[in-house]
Amino acid sequence: MYQAIVFLPLLGCLIAGFFGRVIGARPSELITTLFLFASAALSWIAFVRVGFGHGDERIVLMTWIASGDLKVDWALRIDTLTAVMLVVVTTVSALVHLYSIGYMEEDPHRPRFFAYLSLFTFAMLALVTADNLAQVFFGWEGVGLASYLLIGFWYHKPEANAAAIKAFIVNRVGDFGFALGIFAIFMMTKSIDFDIIFAQAPALVGKTINFFGWHADALTLICLLLFMGAMGKSAQFLLHTWLPDAMEGPTPVSALIHAATMVTAGVFMVARLSPLFELAPNALTVVTLVGATTAFFAATVGLVQNDIKRIVAYSTCSQLGYMFVAMGVGAYSVGMWHLFTHAFFKALLFLGSGSVIHAMHHEQDIRHMGGLHKKIPFTYWMMVIGTLALTGFPFTAGYFSKDAIIEAAFAGRNPMALYAFIMTVVAAALTSFYSWRLIFKTFHGKPHDHHHYEAAHESPYTMLAPLGVLAAGSILAGYPFKEYFGGHHVAEFFRESLKFGDGNTILDDMHHVPLAVALTPTVMMALGFAVSWYFYIRKPSIPAELARQHSVLYRFLLNKWYFDEIYEFILVRPAKWLGTTLWKRGDGWLIDGFGPDGVSARVLDVTRNVVRLQSGYLYHYAFAMLIGAAMLMTYFMFAGSH
Amino acid sequence: MASWPVLSVTTFLPIAGALLLVLLRGDQDAVNRNARWIALWTTLVTFAVSLVLLWKFDPSSAEFQFVEKAKWLSGFASYQMGVDGISLPFVILTTALMPFCIAASWESIETRVKEYMIAFLVLETLMIGTFSALDLVLFYLFFEGGLIPMFLIIGVWGGPRRVYASFKFFLYTLLGSVLMLLAIMAMYWSAGTTDIPTLIRFSFSPELQKWAWLAFFASFAVKMPMWPVHTWLPDAHVEAPTAGSVILAAILLKMGGYGFLRFSLPMFPLASADFAPLVFALSVVAIIYTSLVAMMQDDIKKLIAYSSVAHMGFVTMGIFAATAQGVGGGIFQMVSHGIVSGALFLCVGVVYDRIHTREIAAYGGLVERMPLYAAAFMVFTMANVGLPGTSGFVGEFLTLIGTFRVNIPVATLATLGVILSAAYALWVYRKVIFGKLEKQKLMDIKDLGWREIVVLAPLVFFTILFGFYPKPVLDMSQASVTALVEQYNQALGGKKAAALLPRPE
Repeated sequence: MYQAIVFLPLLGCLIAGFFGRVIGARPSELITTLFLFASAALSWIAFVRVGFGHGDERIVLMTWIASGDLKVDWALRIDTLTAVMLVVVTTVSALVHLYSIGYMEEDPHRPRFFAYLSLFTFAMLALVTADNLAQVFFGWEGVGLASYLLIGFWYHKPEANAAAIKAFIVNRVGDFGFALGIFAIFMMTKSIDFDIIFAQAPALVGKTINFFGWHADALTLICLLLFMGAMGKSAQFLLHTWLPDAMEGPTPVSALIHAATMVTAGVFMVARLSPLFELAPNALTVVTLVGATTAFFAATVGLVQNDIKRIVAYSTCSQLGYMFVAMGVGAYSVGMWHLFTHAFFKALLFLGSGSVIHAMHHEQDIRHMGGLHKKIPFTYWMMVIGTLALTGFPFTAGYFSKDAIIEAAFAGRNPMALYAFIMTVVAAALTSFYSWRLIFKTFHGKPHDHHHYEAAHESPYTMLAPLGVLAAGSILAGYPFKEYFGGHHVAEFFRESLKFGDGNTILDDMHHVPLAVALTPTVMMALGFAVSWYFYIRKPSIPAELARQHSVLYRFLLNKWYFDEIYEFILVRPAKWLGTTLWKRGDGWLIDGFGPDGVSARVLDVTRNVVRLQSGYLYHYAFAMLIGAAMLMTYFMFAGSH
Repeated sequence: MASWPVLSVTTFLPIAGALLLVLLRGDQDAVNRNARWIALWTTLVTFAVSLVLLWKFDPSSAEFQFVEKAKWLSGFASYQMGVDGISLPFVILTTALMPFCIAASWESIETRVKEYMIAFLVLETLMIGTFSALDLVLFYLFFEGGLIPMFLIIGVWGGPRRVYASFKFFLYTLLGSVLMLLAIMAMYWSAGTTDIPTLIRFSFSPELQKWAWLAFFASFAVKMPMWPVHTWLPDAHVEAPTAGSVILAAILLKMGGYGFLRFSLPMFPLASADFAPLVFALSVVAIIYTSLVAMMQDDIKKLIAYSSVAHMGFVTMGIFAATAQGVGGGIFQMVSHGIVSGALFLCVGVVYDRIHTREIAAYGGLVERMPLYAAAFMVFTMANVGLPGTSGFVGEFLTLIGTFRVNIPVATLATLGVILSAAYALWVYRKVIFGKLEKQKLMDIKDLGWREIVVLAPLVFFTILFGFYPKPVLDMSQASVTALVEQYNQALGGKKAAALLPRPE
């Protein structure tokens, strides 16, 4: 059964990829979509069986790499953590496949699109079922490839190509750290299998690694290096720049890859490696710091963006920060919970945005929208549900998981916990503000583009049905799972798949925070809503006024804290300069100039006077060799024979 | 063990084919057609014979197998052939790639077809001989002799600057050859034999090890090529015809790595340990420097050539890390690079045959007209980037993980290569394949023909197969690699033990 979950999408990908032209677009769509639904159904069965029936399993498929003492298998590791990811990945993926049938209707390359979607799903499933770090890395880079292909799906658009390459390369920067982390683990434990490294982890406490003269604590260094990979994949502060650009891809892709699944791989990785992180408190502090900073930073940028997808993208970035805060303070199951709920409401928001974009004939700028709630009421209500869940409106899924994170941050004991608490609370208000801003500017007020407005129409059922399912998930993923992810059944539900150290009482502590703290997020949510309502419904002139008054701040936010410009200046341009210099000056002037060209010039000077050279260097060479061989034989005959 | 000299037959079959070609007479078209077919069949039969080696090879033994021995040069040197787990992969790589080269030259070579095919067949014999010679003198003859047909291929069928390119190669190689010859003499003088299996077990004096190591290094480093003696490679690649580039990148470069594994490491272990920091430094420089340079190229072949130098940096780094993963990964990386870089040059050849330019800027939007080509090129690009699931990953991963255990800074800096390789490889892919199809010349470009599909499909297959299932190659070399690493560590251990003893004076 587990093999079917993982390999059905691959099969679908191969069929659509190789035979898409032969069998046609519609059959390709149907086959991949059906396979995904089958995979999703099996995943839910697996979820129940593993999570509640306690049926952990480890299935070895075959040997991958065996060299010396390094042994790496292709294997499926099925425990609760995997099962949670399985349902998230396959459910969202199945819905996105279905949605894409409607959304991509007019595209001439649909088989290719569905092949990529299924390929992505396969790689993601390989990642979450991995039993060793190399297989995680395989899935990790595999989803990176699929993401690259899908962002650049419309290959004739230069922006899409640029965004695809940027996504791949920024992720590679993270993977640089990830790879080093794997190497370091292998050096310390002689293995990269989870069971073995987890068993050996306690013995590594106190050991050091000499890293460029820095005698780093082994586990801290390993965890930080691995976390660097997580930062890249999950678009955390400093390595986040690729995610907003990735919105150049088709919208279903954004929903699947850049909201619900791939970007949460980093969170999953930290959870999976909790036995290591739990022993590296300094690394957890860094995780908290990065997560909190991202939650706040991305929310500030989201305030002023005008592209409907980019707003949601920054929101994703910010919510991933929340998840890392939970990981950082040791509340792994809570972070996984937010990952779980977020998958539903963020996919809903993206697919809803896609429905808006579809209705508006590929218009994405919210300044050109307005008043759409009359034209596309179903989409409108679904978006409202998604927004309620995202902002943490009481009793939606997001309310439970996000509040749990904020409480955990308050109860956390590491040096960055208080910082994380403040940042997440502020971000909660900002989130509410920008989310409602999106709703108000898109669906309320007066239409700004009458031509598009008149032509706006509700999307086909293939697109609306997934919205409905995800909306249900956005509500139901919260309360029913409360005890399993953030309450008393955590230990029983997750068992060995998450490791809480002996001193880690965060799950208890978070239930004993003061009432004021528990209420803060809700207050913040209401505050954000009120301000947003005032700005965009009551007095729509205020935002423009504010932007004028604080134009420096406004431009700072609009330009995303100038990260792209800074990176261009300190990384991209120097690298190009260096490349050119090394080529022209290093290879050309120095090595060739003083090496072969210089020598040959001298040789030519000499030989020109002696013989007239044709192009006959060959004969010289052959001659030299003959002389050499002759010398050798002479030598052996006379010197060597005694 | 086979009762007939299967290794010699594999080695000299191509020469027999070449002799047959020499006899061809008649009208030009018929000669050309026959030359192509004879060459193709010769390489195919050679490949088939080499499969016997693969079939009968015992991967659990680290010893030389299929050994053949005959007196030669009145007993001073002998004709001795044999393969072990380190050389067999290269023998098979050579025989397997040759038919592709012949097929790739089918239509693109129109002048002096007979001579061209003769050059390739002679080259094949010399390359196989290099990998299977078990006598120093014999090795030297094969090793150096292999350059002559390569010179001819570049010099006669090459591009406009072919003379410059072959001359550059000549200058670089000459110094190394002379030094290697001197070292061979010194070794004979010291050990009294040119028999390689004996020499591997012989312990040379530390002083001799140092000089001989440097002399061999001079020759192998040029072949690899290592920074800073790499500048001949981009020029040679640019000027060589497609099949010449394939052989150059896929096989000739591997002779350097093979040399390190066969001579430097086992025969001069003390010197190898002493000079390992030098090799590490040059490898890291190669990886970072040439990747940066590759990023700025405007000629596709030059870009791939520079990326080859970077990939060979991983190999030298892994070999001199002298761990099971480093050495095994180095061998795997060479095999993988043989497939992938060969395939990349074939891909360049495909569009070069159509448009007759290698300039990146002349292309763009090819996916519109050539979806099959785009897919194949994507596979090889990703293998070049080292994506897991392609053969490129396994080699890089193993060499890095093997080096990290012995030298963290080196492995860390080398890992930077994974970022840079993504940058240049994806950039060129985007420029050539993606984008709008706007250039007038490209408007009616044709997708892969059946001959090109036949050539590229097996390479795609093996690139992906070895990515998911590298076991055949890794297992083949495992025993020999383990023996090599053990012997190396023993030699070093002996030195350490000797250092602890009181000096006898």
